[in-house]
Formats: sequence, C-alpha cells, structure tokens
Amino acid sequence: MRSSEAPPGAVVEARGLTREFGSFTAVDQVGFEVTGDQVFGLLGPNGAGKTTTIKMLTTLLRPSRGRARVAGFDLEEAPAEVRRHIGYVPQLISADAQVTGYENLWVSAGLYSIPRARRRERVTEALALLGLGGVADQLVKNYSGGMIRRLEIAQALVHRPSVLFLDEPTVGLDPVAREAVWEQIDRLKRTYGTAIVLTTHYMEEADRLCDRIGILHRGQLVAVGAPAELKAQLGKENATLQEVFVHYAGEEVELGGSYRDAGRTRRVAARLE
Amino acid sequence: MSLPVSSDPGAGAARPSVARRLEEAAGQLAVLVGYEARKLAHDPTELLLRAVQPALWLVVFGSVFSVLHAIPTGSVSYLQFLTPGILAQSVLFIAIFYGIASIRERELGIITKFLVSPAPRTVLVAGRGLSASLRGLSQATVVILLAVGLSVPLSLSLPALLGVVVAIVLGSALFSTLSMIIASLVRTQEKFLGIGQLVTMPLFFASNAIYPLSIMPSWLRPVALANPLTYLVDALRILLLPHASSLFPLGVDLGVLVGVTVLLTFVCAALYPRMAQ
Ligand SMILES: Nc1ncnc2c1ncn2[C@@H]1O[C@H](COP(=O)(O)OP(=O)(O)O)[C@@H](O)[C@H]1O
Ligand SMILES: [Mg+2]
Repeated sequence: MRSSEAPPGAVVEARGLTREFGSFTAVDQVGFEVTGDQVFGLLGPNGAGKTTTIKMLTTLLRPSRGRARVAGFDLEEAPAEVRRHIGYVPQLISADAQVTGYENLWVSAGLYSIPRARRRERVTEALALLGLGGVADQLVKNYSGGMIRRLEIAQALVHRPSVLFLDEPTVGLDPVAREAVWEQIDRLKRTYGTAIVLTTHYMEEADRLCDRIGILHRGQLVAVGAPAELKAQLGKENATLQEVFVHYAGEEVELGGSYRDAGRTRRVAARLE
Repeated sequence: MSLPVSSDPGAGAARPSVARRLEEAAGQLAVLVGYEARKLAHDPTELLLRAVQPALWLVVFGSVFSVLHAIPTGSVSYLQFLTPGILAQSVLFIAIFYGIASIRERELGIITKFLVSPAPRTVLVAGRGLSASLRGLSQATVVILLAVGLSVPLSLSLPALLGVVVAIVLGSALFSTLSMIIASLVRTQEKFLGIGQLVTMPLFFASNAIYPLSIMPSWLRPVALANPLTYLVDALRILLLPHASSLFPLGVDLGVLVGVTVLLTFVCAALYPRMAQ
C-alpha cells in the first residue's frame, strides 16, 4: 500500500507494531507515518486498539514486536528521549483535581526540566494559549469537563513537544465544549505546526480535524489516507466517512467493542461531565 | 508568543551528560516535593486529622501501661520508652495513605502524566518517598508536642531534633515506597487495604515500638530484627532518650534505613510503569 521509506520530515514512523495480551493480539502489525505538519487520526470503535497503539508510541507500553521512531528517536533504544519530545493527553484524566490549573502545569514544567527562571512564563503562556488564563488559580475540581480537557492539552504542550498525542480528546464533552477543543487543535496545527496524532471513534471528528486517517479494525490498520482520498476510492458520489469505515471494516463503528471497552470510555465521560 | 514550535527532532541530540542528568534529577525531586506541599496546603485539615490516631495511642495506651508497670523499660519510664515508638508508628501508618493514593491516581490516570515525562522512574519514586516525609514530619511534630505537654522527659537538643528529622524522612520514604510496591502489585483498592492490614499490623507488633525485644518470645525476636521499623524506633530512642539502652549504634540504625530505602526505591521503580498499563 505504501512505500517502506518514511517520507522526509516524518515525526512518527511505526513499522509492524504489535502488542499481545496473553494470547490476544490487541494491535497487529500496525505501520504508518506522520509528518510534521499533519493531524493524523486513528479511527476505530471501542476496543479496536487505538489506546494500545498510542501507549506504545508514548513508551508507556512495550511493543511485543515491531519498531517505531517518534520525534527522531527509537522507542526501544531511547525511550527517555522520546518522552522528552512528545506531549500526551491520555484517554483517562491526567490532570490532578486537588490542585490548581497552574500547579498542574508547574509540576509538568519541572519534570521536563524547564529552568526555574522560565517556568512561570512557560506555564502562563500555555494556559493562555488554551484560553485558561482566567482560571489558572482555581482548583481543577471546580473546572468543567471542557476546561479539564483544555488544561490537559496545555499541560502536554508546556515543554513544546514536536508531536502531541491525543487519545479520544472529546469523549464525554458536550457539543459546545467539543467545538472549543476542535478549534484549539486546528489552531495548534495552523499556528505552530505541531504534529498531532489523535484517536477517535467519532466520524465527524476525524472528518473535521484530520489531514490523514488510519482506520483501525480489530487491531489492524485496514486503510490509510486523506479523508477525501478514501471517500473517492469508494467510487461513489458524496461518500461519507461512515461509508468508508463500513467498506473497510465490514461493520459500523458503533457495533465494535466489548462491554469492558465501552465501560472504560463511559467512565471517562462520566468524570468529565 | 511562540509556543509549541516544533523542536527539530533528533537534531544534534547528544545524550545529556551525567552531571546534567544529576542536576535534572535534583530539580525533579524538588518539584515533586513542592507539589506535595501545595497539595497539603490546599487541604491542611487532613494532616491534623491523621495526627489523632498516634495521639490517642500515646495518651490512652501509654497512660494505662505506665500505671500497670507491666513492661520493663530499664532506666526510662514507659511513656518515655513509648514516645519514639509512637513516632515510628505514625510514620508507618502514613505509608498506607501513599499506597491508596497511587491506586487512586492509577485509576484516574493522573499517574500517566508522571510516567510520560522524561523524569527517570527512580526519581519519580524517590520523589514520592520524599514527599511522604512532609506528612511524616508534620505528624512527628504533633506527637512530640503532645509528649512535651504530657511532661515526658525527652532530649530535645538541636542535634537530637535534626537527627529525628533525618530518621523520620528515611522512615517515611521507606514505608511509603513499600506501600507503593504493594499497590503496583495488587492494583485494586480492596485488595490493597486487605494486604495493607496484613503487612502493617505485623510490622508494628513484631517490632520494639511498644515493648522491648527482651520480652518477646524467642521465635519473634529474629522477625523483629529483620523488621525495618525496629531500626527506626531504635534510632529515635537513641536520639530522644540518650540514657536508655539501645539495640545498635545510631550509625547502624540509619545505615539499615538508608540501605532498605534505596533497595525498595529500585524495586518500586521497576514496577512503577505497570501503573500506566
Ligand atoms: N492491559 C490489558 N490487558 C488485556 N487486554 C487489554 C489490555 N488493554 C487493552 N486490552 C484489550 O485490547 C483491545 C484494544 O484495547 P484499546 O487499545 O484500549 O482499544 P481502544 O482504545 O481502541 O478502545 C481491547 O479488546 C481491550 O480489551
Ligand atoms: Mg481507547
């Protein structure tokens, strides 16, 4: 499908990434590239292996097989360097509700060894960028779900990563908060050229945000391309992404996933409400 | 404003030197302890509530057994003998809190924020251990003030108090790290609480905290000698009661505490990544 040479400027190159849990293969031979100016989306239902893929790319989970280079470093050989150059907003909540938004970012800035003299400036900047300057000193437990998500994005940007990983960034958000998060992601890409890898099970989100998408189905990447390209390949006028998905996966996105997977997604949703 | 301009990936990325890495680690430790201090500052009542239990032990248990004269404590009174034991106990019981906190943070996902940062795992764990000493020291302050209020004669010279601070910091780090090890193995709060009780109570009773080793049955003595709590109690007794008899010299007690803490930190660092999986 694609050449084995990574395009110049690739910030993520995954080759045959595989992860097994016991005898179950959650991610099966996944390979793709993301270049520096793109939003790349992994689209798939609950349980497709999106989170497992992201966890491997962010060094939180070791691949059973396969390799990847992220931000110019090999996952296996230099995980600490990979971590230094990426930002990650997990599917679960990574902001601490017991302290303020400012304090959440301040501890991140310190862990990324941003010099003391510049820490305040960087934290303030990142909070302002996500429109949280006015609530910086409030406890996060008083934030709305949308504010928490934006705080987590700010937290993942405080060290100016070259790639930002977002795992289901808008799950559990109401339409207004979702729109706000979408706008921020768009702006990040347009203004700062940060490469973004996100996962979603919302067609609309993939369509709206992503330059390229990979369709993940039961751990396998069954199609990769620009949404328009994928739709055109169906040879049908005005094809939707939904139809693209059904074509490659053989079922609708809502039908996938187990009780446990759905449960996990819903728990996040509940906490953000 | 020039926020997330892509840093050019990989370009000229020499690994940082050893000196640079040590400097970074020190900075990361300071940040983690500072973070815990901010958390405690947002909710100080919890700190005070946690001092109630050791206070009750000292007042109720201590007073009753002083009157009974049931426990031979040599040249010192039973309350004198007991005070360092209760200090050590309060440190031990704080550790449970850190295990529960890390299970909670794992369930919520907060822990991934730490694990995805470039801070080495050993630094993350050591930072947690040092943070625990903030709670340890605040409880120790309450217990010592209470003992003074009860007119228990203690040596409170500056060197003695500095030594107490060192011992409490080591003890808090040791037991909270042990607790995080158990938490990363069992992963659920219910199981952790069960095992927590199963570990804490024997550690407490198979030590010299509330009675001397000399009155223990002979089979229990080796257990007490393998118990790090015994060394913490012994160190605190040497510092606060210079005329009481001790099991070991102070250097041996502190050396054992340092050695066990370092060992547990490495074990915990190896297990810690499980908290994000
Ligand atoms: N730690 C784990 N142990 C066993 N199975 C797991 C584990 N994590 C994920 N899985 C399984 O792997 C599959 C993919 O999960 P995940 O990557 O979370 O999917 P997604 O993020 O697309 O919803 C699911 O079937 C899930 O149950
Ligand atoms: Mg997921």
